[in-house]
Amino acid sequence: MRFGVVVFPGTWSDCDFHYVISEVIRQPVKYVWHRDRNLADLDCVVLPGGFSYGDYLRAGAVAGKSPVVEALRDFVANGGYVLGSCNGFQILCEAGMLPGVLMRNECLQYRCQSTNLLVENVETPFTRGLRAGQVLTMPISHGEGKYYADVPTLAALKARQGIVFRYATADGQVVKAANPNGSVENIAGVVNETGTVLGLMPHPERAAETAMGGTDGLLLFQSLLGTLVEDGTFLKR
Amino acid sequence: MAGTEPKVTPDLAQSLGLTLDEYHRIVQRLGREPSYTELGLFSALWSEHCAYKHSRVFLGRLPTRAPHLLQGPGENAGAVDIGDGWAVVFKMESHNHPSFIEPFQGAATGVGGILRDIFTMGARPIAILDSLRFGDPADLKTRHLINGVVSGISWYGNCFGCPTVGGEIAFAPEYAGNPLVNVMCVGLVRSDRIHLARAEGVGNPVFYVGNKTGRDGIHGATMASATFDDEAEAKRPTVQVGDPFTEKLLLEACLEAMATGAVVGIQDMGAAGLACCTSEMPARSGTGMDVELSAVPQRETDMTPYELLLSESQERMLLVGANGRDEELRRVFAKWELDAVKIGEVTGGPDLVVRHHGEEVAHVPVEALADGPRYEKPYAPPAWLAERRAFDPLSLPEPQDYGETLVRLMGAPTIASKEWAFRQYDQQVGTNTLVLPGSDAAVLRIKGTRRAIAISTDGSGRQVFLDPRRGAAMAVCEAARNVSCAGGRPLGVTDCMNFGSPERPEILWQFAEAIEGIAEACRALEVPVVGGNVSFYNETSGTAILPTPICGVVGVLEDAGRLGTQWFKAAGHRIALLGPDAVSLGGSEYLWTLHGRLAGRLAALDLEIERRVQSAVRAAVGAGLVTAAHDCAEGGLAATLAEGCVTGARANGGVGCEVTVEPGRRLDETLFGEGPSRVVVTVEPARQREFEALMAESAIPWRWIGTTGGERVIVRAGEVVVNVPVDRIEHAWRNGFERHMA
Repeated sequence: MRFGVVVFPGTWSDCDFHYVISEVIRQPVKYVWHRDRNLADLDCVVLPGGFSYGDYLRAGAVAGKSPVVEALRDFVANGGYVLGSCNGFQILCEAGMLPGVLMRNECLQYRCQSTNLLVENVETPFTRGLRAGQVLTMPISHGEGKYYADVPTLAALKARQGIVFRYATADGQVVKAANPNGSVENIAGVVNETGTVLGLMPHPERAAETAMGGTDGLLLFQSLLGTLVEDGTFLKR
Repeated sequence: MAGTEPKVTPDLAQSLGLTLDEYHRIVQRLGREPSYTELGLFSALWSEHCAYKHSRVFLGRLPTRAPHLLQGPGENAGAVDIGDGWAVVFKMESHNHPSFIEPFQGAATGVGGILRDIFTMGARPIAILDSLRFGDPADLKTRHLINGVVSGISWYGNCFGCPTVGGEIAFAPEYAGNPLVNVMCVGLVRSDRIHLARAEGVGNPVFYVGNKTGRDGIHGATMASATFDDEAEAKRPTVQVGDPFTEKLLLEACLEAMATGAVVGIQDMGAAGLACCTSEMPARSGTGMDVELSAVPQRETDMTPYELLLSESQERMLLVGANGRDEELRRVFAKWELDAVKIGEVTGGPDLVVRHHGEEVAHVPVEALADGPRYEKPYAPPAWLAERRAFDPLSLPEPQDYGETLVRLMGAPTIASKEWAFRQYDQQVGTNTLVLPGSDAAVLRIKGTRRAIAISTDGSGRQVFLDPRRGAAMAVCEAARNVSCAGGRPLGVTDCMNFGSPERPEILWQFAEAIEGIAEACRALEVPVVGGNVSFYNETSGTAILPTPICGVVGVLEDAGRLGTQWFKAAGHRIALLGPDAVSLGGSEYLWTLHGRLAGRLAALDLEIERRVQSAVRAAVGAGLVTAAHDCAEGGLAATLAEGCVTGARANGGVGCEVTVEPGRRLDETLFGEGPSRVVVTVEPARQREFEALMAESAIPWRWIGTTGGERVIVRAGEVVVNVPVDRIEHAWRNGFERHMA
């Protein structure tokens, strides 16, 4: 599978995603400059974390109007996969490619910590190797990760199984104490209608090697590649 | 010259921070009265901050040579070879004065400044550590400062994309009117790709790159060279405003420009801005520089030559390019949407010639600017010191309840968890951080190799206050010991010297003694000082801070898979104490927290034993023989054991311990006394024999003291003297600092 990692001015998880894709899951990967519109030779585009354009307006607001994000709409319409993590999730929401918005953390402070994610939807390409109810551990690192959607949007999101991850305790309890940023209903990650665009605040690329403290982030890539399903790894978990 | 400029007089010179004598020296050097612009250049470059007037005679005492040293003091940062073709570039700098005036921006631009020092050398910053000192966190004004400083660091470092992986925060009332914000940055570069701040090659173009120039920070260097009075607030306009996004672009653009091979030399426009770069860069190369100020990108109108030269606007660099490759360089900066404007060229020297719209506004030998005055001022130990030292802590009553005393110590803000601060910092971007904040040292892997680096900062103002020489030596030893506990072989030290006014003999004595102590320790441990900075005038209304040299040590691990962390991993591991028994309650956290006293003598320091203990710990960690290694520091042996039990609790669920201490001393001294060269390690029973053999070879004092396990911390001294649930200790430790900030 051919991956592209988008670089906006101010992006900083680009190298980390590039490393995981090329060195850990060993797939072809290249950087995509924010002015590029040509995504033709890619199967999956990653929108990484960072502070695109400094995020001095709202997080992701400027990047949401960039040439590469404009091109993403056609890319998605043609069946391409998009994974947006952290700033990437914020950008996808600002671009209207995912519902809802990401607001300042409820604590009004930046948060860098480990979180537990309850997997709710295993029908997406990114989660098809997982079990519903499985709990993944991945770190967050953001100041504006409080997910919010109004009541009708939230209802629609739930109706179509759009919520993929919720912040939870290690044993899968979705409670306030496990919510690091005040997200509505502990929402940590959502998908679009076709399930091909995933946005999440946590950093799967930081949980992709044992040396870095865990490998749950790899499961998203392995699901996407189908390797999890094929070799049966997920069954053992 | 502009008609509106003030007339140059000795009074004006003094109002800009120069002494009358310095003014006369300038007149003598130039053979004429300086112009207003020239006077501005001298006032900035001859400030204590830039010229190290009072410290330079002492700094020469520091050992700065080692086989693996690639760059010592005198450049933007130092560099050491870590093997496999890689070098680490590192330096620590203070931003104390700006952080007191405006904590958020002061701390943020402190981070920005040190990041630039690292990437001007061609290195990508991979780690930030902050050494912070504040007054009592129970005080409202102090909480405001802590909040501002921590959020400023968080804002700048996180947005820029460099992880904050360590550092320490300590509290003492002497810092209430003068907090310390020392920031260390470590960068990674191929060892043959280091760039220097030199203006080589007559005729080479001089480029201004990065942010536009405004009026912010004018005379920041001069402000940082004076003490505060009650009017500190009025100095707020001298604090710069940071833009981490532009800094990130500048990083990428500079590294990309360097990769073209068209960058001859480059320097960060930090303190004293353009004035500093245009004089220091040619001074290092024995060249000169011609500069046209009207070409400088500006974000305010009608800026005078004086303002353009002295502005400390952030995120700017001066770059000397290779002749004929202007377009290549411009293309790189244009890609990152940054200004890159040719503002002059390198000349044969010896002068810096500055023009504004073609009119000459300054014409000064670069040497005169870069080579400021040096003072050898008198110094002498303070009269009160002997009495402070003579105090015998054992004249105080023994604690009634040792368990409760331990709980109280673990909740003392200096010892307590600093998670409140660290969770506001991105600790992992770059995916290199193998050991997150909370252990003795941070450990980062070097991708593409088997290696890792360990980094730690340390410095106890209390110990240096009571014995500047031994206390400063202990700071080097402790930072190096922390690195050794992680398995790293120390390669270099960067030091940030925070003191009061050097014009007072007792302060200068503290400084001179501290330098000697650092030099002695560095020689014994065979680590060079690669650079650092001196921050004098840390006084408010006549009260100086505790003399606080902070040492940052970087070490290398040959095998990233063999690293040490401080927390106990599981039950049933044997606990050993390595190092001497020499401890003292003098200057200890115990004496301060329980009795509110700062007095007594420090424990003896035997540098040969220190070296051997560190070497033994490294060997044990490197051989995979220990499951934890933790330096004995604040709070003594008891706090060290308790930290072993609780600091890894999130990962391990907390592990208790049961130990027996030797009789011979009064128990409070044994349990809470502090002394150098001591490390607690844990060993799996299966590896006990191997460990004992290694210790026998190491020729150090050591002994088994107990076993991990259970849910309590139990200490026997004949009878059981401490018996406290780990949960209680953990609660005290988690909340001791955070309860003030919530």
